Amino acid sequence: MPQYGMIIDLTRCNGCYNCQIACKDEFVGNDFLPYSKSQPLSGHFWMRIEEKERGQFPRVVMTYFPIPCQHCQAHPPCMKNSNGAVYKREDGIVLIDPEASKEKREILYSCPFGAIFWNEVYHIPQKCTFCAHLLDSGWKEPRCVEACPTQAILFGDLDDPKSLISKKIRNTEANALWKKDDLNPRVLYVGLPKFFLTGTIVLEELDECAKGAEVILHNKINGTSMETKTDAFGDYQFDGLLPGHLYRLIVKLKGYHPYEMEIEFKGDTTLKEIYLIKE
Amino acid sequence: MNSEEKVLTSCDNGGPMTLHVKDGRIIRIRPLIFEDPDSIQSWKIEARGKIFEPPKRTTVAPFTLAGRCRLDSADRILTPLKRRDFNPKGNRNPELRGRSEFIPISWEEALDLVASEMIRIRNQYGPSAIYAMRSSHHMWGVFHYRFSLWERFFNFIGHTEEWHNPDSWEGWHWGGPHTWGFWERLGVSPQYELLEDALKHTELIVHWSNDPDSTRGLYGGQESAIWRLWLRELGIKQIFIDPFCNYTASILGDKWIAPRPGTDTALALAIAYTWIEEETYDQQYIENRTTGFEAWKRYIQGKEDGIPKTPKWAEQICDVPARTIKALAREWASKTTMLGSFWGGACRQAYGHEWARMMILLQAMQGLGRPGVNIWSTAWGAPQPRDDEFFIPGYTSGGINIVAKKVPINPVKQAIYRLYFPEAVLSPPIHWHSVGFCGQSAEQQFESYRYPTPGNSEIHLIHRYGGSNIGTMTETNRWVKAYKSPKIEFVIAQTPWMEPETRFADIILPACTNLERNDIAEWANCSGYIPDSHNSTNHRVIVYQKRGMEPLGESKTDYEIFIALSERLGFKEEYTEGNTEEQWIEKLFYKTAMAQHTSFREFQEKGYFVVPHPKDYQKRPLLRDFYERGEGIRTPSGKIEFVSNSLMRHMTPEEERPLFPKYLPSWEGHQSELVRKYPLQLISPHPRFDFHTHNDAHAVWLAEIPGHRILKNGRYWWPIKIHPQDAMERGIQDMDIVEAFNDRGSVLLIARVTERIRPGVVHAYESSGRYDPEDPGAPNSRDRGGCVNLLTPSKMMSKRAPGMAPNSCLIEIKKWEGGR
Repeated sequence: MPQYGMIIDLTRCNGCYNCQIACKDEFVGNDFLPYSKSQPLSGHFWMRIEEKERGQFPRVVMTYFPIPCQHCQAHPPCMKNSNGAVYKREDGIVLIDPEASKEKREILYSCPFGAIFWNEVYHIPQKCTFCAHLLDSGWKEPRCVEACPTQAILFGDLDDPKSLISKKIRNTEANALWKKDDLNPRVLYVGLPKFFLTGTIVLEELDECAKGAEVILHNKINGTSMETKTDAFGDYQFDGLLPGHLYRLIVKLKGYHPYEMEIEFKGDTTLKEIYLIKE
Repeated sequence: MNSEEKVLTSCDNGGPMTLHVKDGRIIRIRPLIFEDPDSIQSWKIEARGKIFEPPKRTTVAPFTLAGRCRLDSADRILTPLKRRDFNPKGNRNPELRGRSEFIPISWEEALDLVASEMIRIRNQYGPSAIYAMRSSHHMWGVFHYRFSLWERFFNFIGHTEEWHNPDSWEGWHWGGPHTWGFWERLGVSPQYELLEDALKHTELIVHWSNDPDSTRGLYGGQESAIWRLWLRELGIKQIFIDPFCNYTASILGDKWIAPRPGTDTALALAIAYTWIEEETYDQQYIENRTTGFEAWKRYIQGKEDGIPKTPKWAEQICDVPARTIKALAREWASKTTMLGSFWGGACRQAYGHEWARMMILLQAMQGLGRPGVNIWSTAWGAPQPRDDEFFIPGYTSGGINIVAKKVPINPVKQAIYRLYFPEAVLSPPIHWHSVGFCGQSAEQQFESYRYPTPGNSEIHLIHRYGGSNIGTMTETNRWVKAYKSPKIEFVIAQTPWMEPETRFADIILPACTNLERNDIAEWANCSGYIPDSHNSTNHRVIVYQKRGMEPLGESKTDYEIFIALSERLGFKEEYTEGNTEEQWIEKLFYKTAMAQHTSFREFQEKGYFVVPHPKDYQKRPLLRDFYERGEGIRTPSGKIEFVSNSLMRHMTPEEERPLFPKYLPSWEGHQSELVRKYPLQLISPHPRFDFHTHNDAHAVWLAEIPGHRILKNGRYWWPIKIHPQDAMERGIQDMDIVEAFNDRGSVLLIARVTERIRPGVVHAYESSGRYDPEDPGAPNSRDRGGCVNLLTPSKMMSKRAPGMAPNSCLIEIKKWEGGR
């Protein structure tokens, strides 16, 4: 029995929404009993994309999070108290029975990922099935995976060490979304964004970009430090900062007065230019 | 899979599809699935110790996957319709066009009326009174596309032709031929082998007005998305120059540089200035491969006009720090740099031709054609056998006219330039230069035309195929006015959907869509004026487009409609030559090189054919021969021209397309007088989730994408992106409904407050497929659909270059308090 899982590499996603649309194409107007009744024309996102804009002009980065049902393996909140209306197959796919779940609105509210939607026509909660009906008839991957132009989404058997998904898990850092590791979700993410601090260093007198300046970021709470050098545009960037922590930024370049500032880090930040003054 | 499920193939602007059909319904649309991917003879590229191979699968644009939603759209027209207050025998009430309701009529009545009006108008005024307007790309398929059936029909009856402007690449069309030739390709290059060239040699890519993840190399699905991931894998840095941190930039950009719209040429001049001052350009190449550099250098250095084009000078204009310009120039010159450019918004603005010329000349200064140094969209240039090696007719090839025994020639020589259609109706005579698409020579751009021409009538009947112009042209309230002219006695719309212009018709003929008829076409293949465009795909896929279901309602295929009309007009036999749809498709099949590899029956059965990558494939990278031996540039001098010989022959140095490229302040930009009244610069690029207007409004699955439309108070609004500072000054919050307006019109949009747009600039896509005026049919009525081209100027790019310049547009925005 395969153990199905999905891995989503956010660094390969360009936010094209093919996965979201392919999912709608599969389920809108199509019944796949006993797993799913048809999805309404609009308003449901069994594969949903969340967009996050990070940083400020002129350094902005977009991250897209494709979020289907995470198919939690450890005490899925939707299964709890559902009296069997939500069940897990032997291959790990979590399903909502369209018959047994009728009028059970509490299932809708149980999901911490917001992956369940209420069908106003049938009065049932609905969500991603990993396209179980297709897997049953021999398909190798769900529609969202097939439609992804960059193979940002991989699907396969986690128990098969030769599967693409197993290889990816071995070779990269894959994590549960929103640190919900305790739910043991079957959907894992690569490249979950880390908070950044970025900015530009300028040589004031020459009005030139300060190339090769040494930039140090010291975390005053946990005592750790990071170091980098500015590029040809005088730009530097640090990743993996902790919101709520207090940092000291130090800029050094031979022949110039060192520059220091304190930063109360709140989230992704593009700092204003820092001007270095000649010694 | 259920046994009764059938699997078919189809294709559209966004790529090839596999359709699943059950009980007469399409139940599933997938990217075309190769049955036996391992058997496909593909290519690979070795670069820097790695091997890159494309996945043996196809990719499609998001709107292609929304095909089912679009098919069943509430906007579909299911029966012939007549405007309620249109009486062909009495009062036609042309002033009520765009306002009145429609009533269903029978096909018989509709066709009889259309045919009799065509005959009446032709007899009364002559064939030049018939005007036929077609949309770009509302359908896909060599048989059904406009160069085939539509053109054949109207050439038989005779018509005043509509000449299209090159609306997507204006600046390249009006500037490119005078700099590097390629007039036969309308000013742009074919980008041969540039994928391999970049992977092997390039160290830095400077994308200038380029968003390949959104524009997808035109019709290439998302084939190139993976190429840009390969570039990243090799550590090749990517810099983006764009007032908007575009979709590609915001995921792959290492650096974003945001000049004000309309100032790109100043930025480019300052880069050239830095290279000249620091002597970091290829002087040997300049000497041997270009002409006119010294004269241009004098201008750059300020010896001509007293203004050296320094980075400091450019900073004042572009609002990009001089130090950033210098750093960019130094990075560009010190590394093997590819210019990432192709079409782009900077070419769709005032003097966009100067920018396009500058792009070519900057790369000439760095040895254009040298390994790793070229102009590459990053979305074309896969190693593919060319048209001349494996010919498949593309959509511009002529469709059935290349296999018919008789090819009709339009007896009318009069034409109207598309952008001047409203003036042609409302205030003739009109005069202009060029035939629109100038693919025969650079000189065509200087020919002068007028309408009406002696011996011809003004137009009195319009046939509209598709219906996109209010969403896609400029200052489009002009179309609203023109359609209501009493001079236009009869308007026919032939389209599957209620498009922005469809409501202005007197009679609507419901055509079916791509998915409801048969056709044949290669994915992404244009041929004609854009040969080898299929190198935007990883595999050349030719598709037998199989009818997935019967035409919805009473809709008919365009072929059926044209047959029915030609029968009433008395040339059915000549039009069809006795062929059915299927017989024409078979004839077209035998025109392809594929016929030597497979039979028509096999092709029909399988539904697609993949062109095998030749074992002896010859690589001929674009302009490498020119770099090495000086061969292959078709300008008058045979060189890249700083001082243009073709412009010198036809223009005076004082004119707006100078002999060498200059920075000319935009006639509607940040330095204009108008900026006091309308302080925001609007840019309106081609949309990410639509293709012209033809997908947008008809598919709610696209409307649910927040970058495309946003649902608020029961309406899907078109977004406008605004910087937090500009929003704050106007008391605008994210997701507020706002009114964007200027003297030309007013559009209600939904505000997205974002750091992705530079201050002083707002961004809303063009090509809204919904035109929803508060007062239907009234010119200048406030639109709720999102047609921002109601606001863009109708002024041409420059005096003798009649290209549209929608990105030179000043507006103001205010929070909309109405409707509460």
